[in-house]
Amino acid sequence: MTSNSNLSNMRRLVEQLKLEASVERIKVSQAAAELQQYCLQNAAKDALLVGVPTGSNPFREPRSCAVV
Amino acid sequence: MRSPLIPEMATQEVQLNETLAHLKTESETLKSKLEEERAKLHDVELHQVAEKVEGLGQFVMKTRRTLKGHGNKVLCMDWCKDKRRIVSSSQDGKVIVWDAFTTNKEHAVTMPCTWVMACAYAPSGCAVACGGLDNKCSVYPLSLDKNENLAAKKKSVAMHTNYLSACSFTNSDMQILTSSGDGTCALWDVESGQLLQSFHGHAADVLCLDLAPSETGNTFVSGGCDKKANVWDMRSGQCIQSFETHESDINSVRYYPSGDAFASGSDDATCRLYDLRADREVAIYSKESIIFGVSSVDFSLSGRLLFGGYNDYTINVWDVLKGTRVSILFGHENRVSTLRVSPDGTAFCTGSWDHTLRIWA
Repeated sequence: MTSNSNLSNMRRLVEQLKLEASVERIKVSQAAAELQQYCLQNAAKDALLVGVPTGSNPFREPRSCAVV
Repeated sequence: MRSPLIPEMATQEVQLNETLAHLKTESETLKSKLEEERAKLHDVELHQVAEKVEGLGQFVMKTRRTLKGHGNKVLCMDWCKDKRRIVSSSQDGKVIVWDAFTTNKEHAVTMPCTWVMACAYAPSGCAVACGGLDNKCSVYPLSLDKNENLAAKKKSVAMHTNYLSACSFTNSDMQILTSSGDGTCALWDVESGQLLQSFHGHAADVLCLDLAPSETGNTFVSGGCDKKANVWDMRSGQCIQSFETHESDINSVRYYPSGDAFASGSDDATCRLYDLRADREVAIYSKESIIFGVSSVDFSLSGRLLFGGYNDYTINVWDVLKGTRVSILFGHENRVSTLRVSPDGTAFCTGSWDHTLRIWA
């Protein structure tokens, strides 16, 4: 019966919402500070961000060309 | 004499409707409560916290390699852990493995279907997985013998009831996670093809998925045509967090390198950042001048840059912390359909409807 499946769907939705509502949350200010900290701590290793010494990025090296 | 059955059924019907109405009210109340709880912790914006961070300078990123060989739109690509090989798949049914340093093609497989929308490299580098309109995900072991017919060793792993939109190996060659137009995601054992777990909750096609970085535990995020991004527990199959702020289909989701957040790209022309511990959206990357959908997103190694491939043929590079665009890259001659940063962060690769892939650095 459609009304029974609607009922079970609604029950599932309510259970899901209860689960999501019970998640432990932290303040955006704290979360943002930690995202920022991760960025800054790892910035030096980020080749696309800071670049790397010439010759150590294999993609930036030109491929050898044969002059015919 | 017993009274007729019909009035009893009528009473049951009334009771059922009352329960449904009651549940509906309860769900509305819970939804409001969820919004309220999230809002209470919204004490500041990410870009405000990042005000004191030094701004980024000019970026010089160019196409360093162009991979030509597909006969039609490139739909998906993935890097090998060796940081130089790439697998790509196309509308023409071909899956190609390239050496991105030399641009040589190392392997090619022709799938029995067109629109191979998903492909992935195995962590060992010894196999690739792919699928699309065939509703399946198949694994091909890569042979060292260039003459060997890869199709002969093909193993069908996943079976969905609609197209395969994305696939990813977990941290071993033994398990694959898939997402499908049938609205579900699923975890499969590669060897036996057995379904290990299925994930139900999206109300429409699931278009993308990304596994959390291994240190963060067993979760993954998926995005769909229902505008929702869902975070799942891989063991229980449960949806543990859900975010619905996009205004259209979510085409791409990618975890922030620390695993504490993820970015999404959508047909609503925006990219967004969701923090998992604050349980809310914390940034929107958009400009009035950007009106075309985002097909794919990925972070640079430190998470400071977010690269987005767009349907207007460009790549926009965003400062994740400050929320501003730092660069726009041109080169492709049609939609950018897929974008991944290399495993060591030295370059990123894009695939396009213009039949090519480009490596940028």
